[in-house]
Amino acid sequence: MRKDYNLEKRKYIIGGFICVLVVIYLVRLFNLQLGDSTYKDSADSNAFLRKIIYPARGLVYDRNDRLVIFNQPAYDVMLIPRDVGEFDTLALCKVLGIDKARLEELWAEMKDPRKNPGYSSYRAQKLLSHLSQEEYGRLQEKLYLFPGFFIQKRTIRQYNYHAGANVLGNIREVSAEDVEKDRYYRSGDYTGDLGIEKSYEKALRGVKGMEIMMKDAHGRIQGKYENGIHDVSPEAGKNLKLSLDMELQQYGETLMRGKIGAIVCIEPATGEILALVTSPNYDPTLLIGKDRGKNYAELVKNPYMPLFDRALQAAYPPGSTFKPTQGLIFLQEGIIDNSTAYPCHRGYVNGLRVGCHGHGSPITLKPALQTSCNAYFCWGLKNMLDRQGTTPSAQLTKWKDYMVSMGYGYKLGVDLPHESRGFIPNADFYNSSFRGKDWSANSIISISIGQGEVLATPLQIANLGATIANRGFFYTPHVVKEISDSTIDKRFKVKHAPRIKKEYYETVAEGMRMAVLGGTCKGANLVDIEVAGKTGTAQNPHGRDHSVFMGFAPYKDPKIAVCVYVENAGFGATFGVPIGALMIEKYLKGEVSAGRKGAEQHMIHSNTIANSGVKKH
Amino acid sequence: MELKSTDTGTSIFRTVDWITLILYLLLVTMGAVSIYAASYDFDNASLFDFNEFSGKQFLWIGLALVIGLVIFLLDYRLYEAYAYPIYAIVILVLIATIFLAPDIKGSRSWLQFGPVSLQPAEFGKFATALALAKLFDSYNFSLNEKMSNYARALTIIFLPIMLILLQKETGSALVYLSLVFVLYREGMPGIILCSILCAVTYFVVAVKYTTPLILGIPCGEFSIFVIILLLYALMILFFCKEAVLGRNIILGFLGSGIIVAVLSFLGVAINGRIFFLSILGVAIIYTVIAMPKHRPGRFGITIAAALVSVSFLFSVNYVFGNILQPHQQTRIKVSLGIEDDIRGAGYNVNQSKIAIGSGGLTGKGFLNGTQTKLKYVPEQHTDFIYCTIGEEEGFVGSAAVLLLFLALILRLIKLAERQRTAFGRVYGYCVVSYLIFHLAINIGMVIGLCPVIGIPLPFFSYGGSSLWGFTILLFIMLKIDASRRE
Repeated sequence: MRKDYNLEKRKYIIGGFICVLVVIYLVRLFNLQLGDSTYKDSADSNAFLRKIIYPARGLVYDRNDRLVIFNQPAYDVMLIPRDVGEFDTLALCKVLGIDKARLEELWAEMKDPRKNPGYSSYRAQKLLSHLSQEEYGRLQEKLYLFPGFFIQKRTIRQYNYHAGANVLGNIREVSAEDVEKDRYYRSGDYTGDLGIEKSYEKALRGVKGMEIMMKDAHGRIQGKYENGIHDVSPEAGKNLKLSLDMELQQYGETLMRGKIGAIVCIEPATGEILALVTSPNYDPTLLIGKDRGKNYAELVKNPYMPLFDRALQAAYPPGSTFKPTQGLIFLQEGIIDNSTAYPCHRGYVNGLRVGCHGHGSPITLKPALQTSCNAYFCWGLKNMLDRQGTTPSAQLTKWKDYMVSMGYGYKLGVDLPHESRGFIPNADFYNSSFRGKDWSANSIISISIGQGEVLATPLQIANLGATIANRGFFYTPHVVKEISDSTIDKRFKVKHAPRIKKEYYETVAEGMRMAVLGGTCKGANLVDIEVAGKTGTAQNPHGRDHSVFMGFAPYKDPKIAVCVYVENAGFGATFGVPIGALMIEKYLKGEVSAGRKGAEQHMIHSNTIANSGVKKH
Repeated sequence: MELKSTDTGTSIFRTVDWITLILYLLLVTMGAVSIYAASYDFDNASLFDFNEFSGKQFLWIGLALVIGLVIFLLDYRLYEAYAYPIYAIVILVLIATIFLAPDIKGSRSWLQFGPVSLQPAEFGKFATALALAKLFDSYNFSLNEKMSNYARALTIIFLPIMLILLQKETGSALVYLSLVFVLYREGMPGIILCSILCAVTYFVVAVKYTTPLILGIPCGEFSIFVIILLLYALMILFFCKEAVLGRNIILGFLGSGIIVAVLSFLGVAINGRIFFLSILGVAIIYTVIAMPKHRPGRFGITIAAALVSVSFLFSVNYVFGNILQPHQQTRIKVSLGIEDDIRGAGYNVNQSKIAIGSGGLTGKGFLNGTQTKLKYVPEQHTDFIYCTIGEEEGFVGSAAVLLLFLALILRLIKLAERQRTAFGRVYGYCVVSYLIFHLAINIGMVIGLCPVIGIPLPFFSYGGSSLWGFTILLFIMLKIDASRRE
């Protein structure tokens, strides 16, 4: 028991320990609460105004260093409801240039929990945004009359080009959801919406700063707290350099006037997107300033869907622009070689019939590409799927893997929000769509000519152009070339090579060159630029065929790959080819030659919407 | 002596320790009021809306009281008999939690049952306490008898720690380390406890307080030197029991301290490190000369303790400043809540100090706190609940809460000591240890003295798990105590 008694004394040590700790904490509390007055001062929220200093948002330049987006000051009227004392409402209305009813309406909106979920009478609330420079001047002068009010300086975006809205995007006020998701935002902040403004939001926005001001009992600002040593200076957003050529972009949008569709131009060697045109489009300046909400609602209601970026989001049947991919697969799989010939008697006739137009028969791959022979590719796919010793299902899986490796069927991963993945069917898809019944090459033969189930975005088609131009590899297409003080995502520097030999690409490129010299793409045969191309005339359930062109130039040392897609405009040769040729010429020469001004004017003034054959949008 | 006391619920209220029960009820009530205040919304308030934190907390409290009553009604022998099975079940639940719990801010420690989520780590506390108590209660068990007894005790303690660490809940895992107090009470040499406490204090103080400089060295290092000198003098006085020697050393320290203070006031630059080392050196030489030569043992320990402390201090500084990479330093500082980043951990502590500091003597009044209401203080209803009390009830209120906790802990020590069995005593000290740790860390963090380690303030912080966990802990102790005479 003696030992136990000794141990029992340890209760004094443990008890003593906690007593000493409590005493230390009491001393600390005493110091915090009664000794030092600095904490009391800093807590007195009446005496402080934490004013956020917004950083300048990053500027945006095009590939030739032309300024595209810049900032312009704007001013918001803010107030802290609890601090608002008696003031002359009429005087305020006069300064702001509004009537009393409008002021009451704004006040009610500010307090409405549905419109302004972050409302608290203790925190700064926004009453009115986007004051003009003069209104700002007038209010600043009279601010002392309105206790609890202050002015918050913001910047809004301004655009040098009335083009490229789908790429550039715009900024909007953050929603309650944004604030929930990212603690950086406070109600009333701006964030990127659509385009690079959204996808590069983190780089563009910079880091907010804070300024602590002291106020007197009447809410008037008395200067900086402790001479500003607690202030945090903002960090400006990073500037972006686009890969876009804004002149080319603007030119493309002009060509697409009165038409529905898209143009995508890519620099094959880098994957940089030179132009990304969607039509119809809208002027980016519509979505800045006071009228943003109204204009946005109108764009949403527009039946031609200008907010829908057809270049990335529309999944179209690729039509005959798909044929080069088929030629490549058949060559690589050994189904055909350069001398393999298939019969074409005005079409593929083998228990069913896929129509074609007049040309010699039998025909080999290069002329088949030149004349866009349907039968050739139908036979190719049939021979591939019905190959001895394997099943159509296994062969289709192989086929799908090739297509995916060429960038089809999945998102390419462009640095813009809302890309569509298109559609490449696999064996499971057909097993379930034929409800377990056997399917054969014939049941799905139309995918070989880019019809049927396959769908692709204009971006994916242009990417095919770039891959053939490079004779067998591509870089993930992207619109941002450089970020100041930083680098673009590494994934844009990774070379993707489909598992197909370079020589086969050379063969297909030759076929496409022949199409320009004496085939379906004759309209793109320019005097001093060697163009290679492929037309497409895509059947669709909505109306007239879509007019498509996919190509690249110069043939030997490609600088640009193009896809043009014009909805319901008929043959590929009528709109796709001439627009594609003009884009190529404009980019490579800077100017369209005098002899081709007529073609240019014809394209600019054609309207395909009017006689599209589409009844209703 | 009543035979009935274990069988019916009526007589428990005659034998239960009313002081502890009343302290518990007081704390829980104050907790509920604080949560109501912390989550009070100026613009739309409703007291019994169960979607609000306070409404839910009232529900948790009601259920906690039911749990308490059930514990009272059960036979006290059950806890002893089923100590190991309970521990095993909780360990299994902790393992399951690692795999079943959804990832919430990086931690996988909450099990979800429809709208309710529970944190098994909170229930591991009482289970571990029961298992540890049961171990010490084994026939003829004595901690110091053989090393394997330490191994058994430490296994019981470290098993839940490892599992909770795997759930990425560092704070909750650290709580179990407080059971070192229990080991100390049951015979672990005091020097170990002392060393652990000193090492932790030295490390945190040395790393945390780097500015301002005093005598050319960081104030943290300065304070540690003062502590080392103080400990040295105290050990000479009480451990070696040499009053004259101790008095002379204290006088020497004070004298040289005054001289240095005056000199530096007059503008003479003095290096603090050299000053402290030299006077400690002088004190040690003096001790060796003046100490009674026939019993050198305790003096040796005292001198060794001082030297070990100094070298520990230097190695912390060296390792932290020279060996660790800058990003590793930052990581440690951030995890200790030291990094002075106004948007990160530093922001929380700074805001909570401002909130508490603004309370003054009597506070701003119930529901009138602006700092906590305006959401300047994060986690205001959970880990930082003490801020609301500090701001609204001032020094009076926050000191009262501290003293109530102190009273509860001291009372529990008394309860633990009056048990006749090792089981009751060890269990009681487990409860005491948990409470000490939670109190020290949570309030220390809120007032800016401790690193930011996210653990709740018992009975106050919002949440059913913590409240129920502590209620079960405490009520089992009350039940054991009420039945101790049987």
